[in-house]
Amino acid sequence: MALRTTLPKTPSKRDSVAREVSRRGFLQVAALAGGGMLIGARFGLEAPRAVQAAGVDGGVLNAFVSITPDGAVTIMAQNPEIGQGIKTMLPMLIAEELDVSWDDVRVEQADFDPSSFRGQMAGGSMATPMHYKSMRQVGAAARVMLIAAAAKQWGVAAEKCTTENGKVIHPKKGELSYGDLATAAVGMEAPDPKSVPLKEPEDFKIIGTPIGGVDNAKLVTGQPLFGIDVELEGMKYAVFEKCRVHGGKVKSAELKEVLASPGVTDAFVVEEETANGVAIVGDNWWQVEAARAKAVIEWNEGPTAEQSSEGFDREAARLGGQAPEEELKGDGDAAAALGSADRTVKAAYAYPFLAHATLEPQNTTAHLQGDRLELWAPTQFPQQAQSGAAQAVGIDKENVTVHLTRMGGGFGRRFYNDPVLEAAHIAKRVDGPVKLVWSREDDMRHDFYRPAGYHFLEGGLDAAGKLTAWRDHFVTFGEGRAYAQSANMSPQEFPRGLTPNFSLGVSKMPLGAPTGVLRAPSSNAIAFVVQSFVDELAHEAGTDPLEFRLQLLAEAGAHGRVGVDAERVKGVLDLVAEKSGWGATDLPEGTGMGVAFHFSHRGYFAEVVRASVSGAGELDVQKVWVAGDVGEQIINPSNAANQIQGAVLDGLAQALQQEITLEGGRTAQSNFNSFELLRMNQAPEIEVHWRLSDNSPTGLGEPALPPLPPALCNAIFAATGKRIRSLPLSKHDLSWS
Amino acid sequence: MSTAFTLNGETKTVEAPPEMPLLWVLRDVLGYKGTKFGCGRNFCGACTVHVDGVAQRSCRLQLSRAEGKEITTIEGLSADGSHPVQQAWQEIDVPQCGYCQAGQIMSASALLATNSSPSDTEIDEAMSGNLCRCATYSRIRTAIHRASEIAAGSAESTAGGQD
Repeated sequence: MALRTTLPKTPSKRDSVAREVSRRGFLQVAALAGGGMLIGARFGLEAPRAVQAAGVDGGVLNAFVSITPDGAVTIMAQNPEIGQGIKTMLPMLIAEELDVSWDDVRVEQADFDPSSFRGQMAGGSMATPMHYKSMRQVGAAARVMLIAAAAKQWGVAAEKCTTENGKVIHPKKGELSYGDLATAAVGMEAPDPKSVPLKEPEDFKIIGTPIGGVDNAKLVTGQPLFGIDVELEGMKYAVFEKCRVHGGKVKSAELKEVLASPGVTDAFVVEEETANGVAIVGDNWWQVEAARAKAVIEWNEGPTAEQSSEGFDREAARLGGQAPEEELKGDGDAAAALGSADRTVKAAYAYPFLAHATLEPQNTTAHLQGDRLELWAPTQFPQQAQSGAAQAVGIDKENVTVHLTRMGGGFGRRFYNDPVLEAAHIAKRVDGPVKLVWSREDDMRHDFYRPAGYHFLEGGLDAAGKLTAWRDHFVTFGEGRAYAQSANMSPQEFPRGLTPNFSLGVSKMPLGAPTGVLRAPSSNAIAFVVQSFVDELAHEAGTDPLEFRLQLLAEAGAHGRVGVDAERVKGVLDLVAEKSGWGATDLPEGTGMGVAFHFSHRGYFAEVVRASVSGAGELDVQKVWVAGDVGEQIINPSNAANQIQGAVLDGLAQALQQEITLEGGRTAQSNFNSFELLRMNQAPEIEVHWRLSDNSPTGLGEPALPPLPPALCNAIFAATGKRIRSLPLSKHDLSWS
Repeated sequence: MSTAFTLNGETKTVEAPPEMPLLWVLRDVLGYKGTKFGCGRNFCGACTVHVDGVAQRSCRLQLSRAEGKEITTIEGLSADGSHPVQQAWQEIDVPQCGYCQAGQIMSASALLATNSSPSDTEIDEAMSGNLCRCATYSRIRTAIHRASEIAAGSAESTAGGQD
């Protein structure tokens, strides 16, 4: 058993490739030192406009594949793996068009390398739309070169050759393996990847086939893959104690007793723009963690100490009773239409702050040697880790190497490189590598929380029960024009464009606690509000809730721009209705079904929940039906189903029991006893159905989450007549009689 | 102070404070990184190991309590992934991020050691102390049933003896 392990390093061959490649067209091809070929690609990418709008540079893309004489195909996985399955999925695309057997493919994790790869990040469910076509083009172009090498060797026309399972085949000449051809293929003319023919979907052998995760064998035998598993020769361990009040700073620190603690080698105050607290460094993590209690620290808590969730609730109620501070763009005249409506419904909705609670606590290993910094960082955003760490230690970012590690969950938390910057600052004082690991308490108390929010809604119906007006006063966090991160809301949300009068107003409250993106950001909160209130309107109108939604969608085109593709929404609603047996009239008393849909991250999802509530208020979530439309192709059906089930249960955990509260500017929760993850005995059966549509495939790590909370709350209403207007459900008495 | 125990079949003598939790002895002293740190308070099960064959959390288990015990970690279940639970986990493609899975596998293998064919309810009972943030619960259930079948198959062929 190897006791000291470092994570796999990118083959050094790649370093030389950067110098050796002869650039022909868009493909970069090079000979491998021991024979065989290496292919990189660089070409313009037709990134969806939404991708460009999100600020991601999708203009250039690169991929590396090597084929050695033994026929082994190695594909570099360029994007960070957080559990979304990207380390398996992107190589599948290349392997499909290369036409090799998946059994012959090895996948290796690439380092962060902006000179070779683009879009090396995990977020926004963007990898699929960005890379679906381009990764296939890489594989197809390499295949063309291998065919050319075989045709030349045989003296036949390339058009007469075919390929199968890593071999070029000619009807008369027989077959040659890619391994035998790889070295010769380097000398072939590289085609323009954009012009190479791609397989027809009916010829796919890998795409559309359930493929297990490439790291599964390592995971089930406990091999060190994660950031927290990094171990380097002479490495020290560190903890970093920060002010419990968000944004608070060290006033003074007495660390004599800490320094005298067993295993502790250093303890010091860090007072930097990007890290403020007390670092304790030593020989193993448990000893530095134990020494933390001996630090006597006085803090400047700052103005955030005055803030609390209760205070925000009160202030939001006050603001909600007034006109919004700002009206966002709307349609028609909602105030007038509400005044003349046959019936109106008014309701106030609220949702809490949430933590990400990745199971692997935040951590980073840093090693500063002179003007070079090496990082082993579980980060979703390595580009920012690199530039931020460079700034922290005062060196050029080109001198910062970022090794990408597998991550024990991301969910958006690891977009924020605060642990990376802390580790970089600590590394300045440590001779040798140092691994910073946060305790679970650090992790929960110092998250970038999903912001809480408040919505004061009014809807108007005409005598026929048709929606004539929708008004939302959204009370959120921010100051002046600026929103707290992820605390904004698009004015294009449903039902914009489906009713003649639509208004969205906003008021903001200043917030000291940091906020950020959480899986399906904004949508994970907005869907609960919008899809619950639509349900209220449907009941007021006396229309079946699913039918009410379909009627609204039929208005598309009549009232200006619609933020959703009404046909695709209708498609998933129809499918989920069919699969769930929507409209069943034989449900027992206390059992109800609820429906909701949401569009986010280019994916359309409708969900139905069947739940029962006992008279005493005990909730049983019996079953969930999911209908999804993420385009024409499900690339890896095994991972796709896993992601959907996970997203649905993530939404269930949020709806049932999760809440972060602030008290005196501090986060009140600190571990899984006060912020509860879902447990196995809470996981209902989930049926996943796909509606394939004529659209390029898009990502599915996120968009199945948002419909679950409202579908569940709508089911509870159907079961009990109790309308849930705030989350989590654990704060509500569901008893009925 | 030194403590001796058996780790994955090998005798180990560790120089470490007796109150140091076994989790950190395994990870930082002995370099066995398969056992994971999740919460440090026995809430999540990521640190589950077998102590004399019984699934136990190691994040609060003091080293002194391991004296003379037989400890099995994920690395010792089988190094090549051939244990029925490890096989089933790969076949069913259970992991998403994979961080909790070592703990899940250790709990599942301890369950199957005492109950070779558990029902869904028995699985839920035995496994509800192991949190999976990605919520791969349905596949964990399926994989435990599958592991039970695999184990029965190999037991049968052993019993048959001739093939």
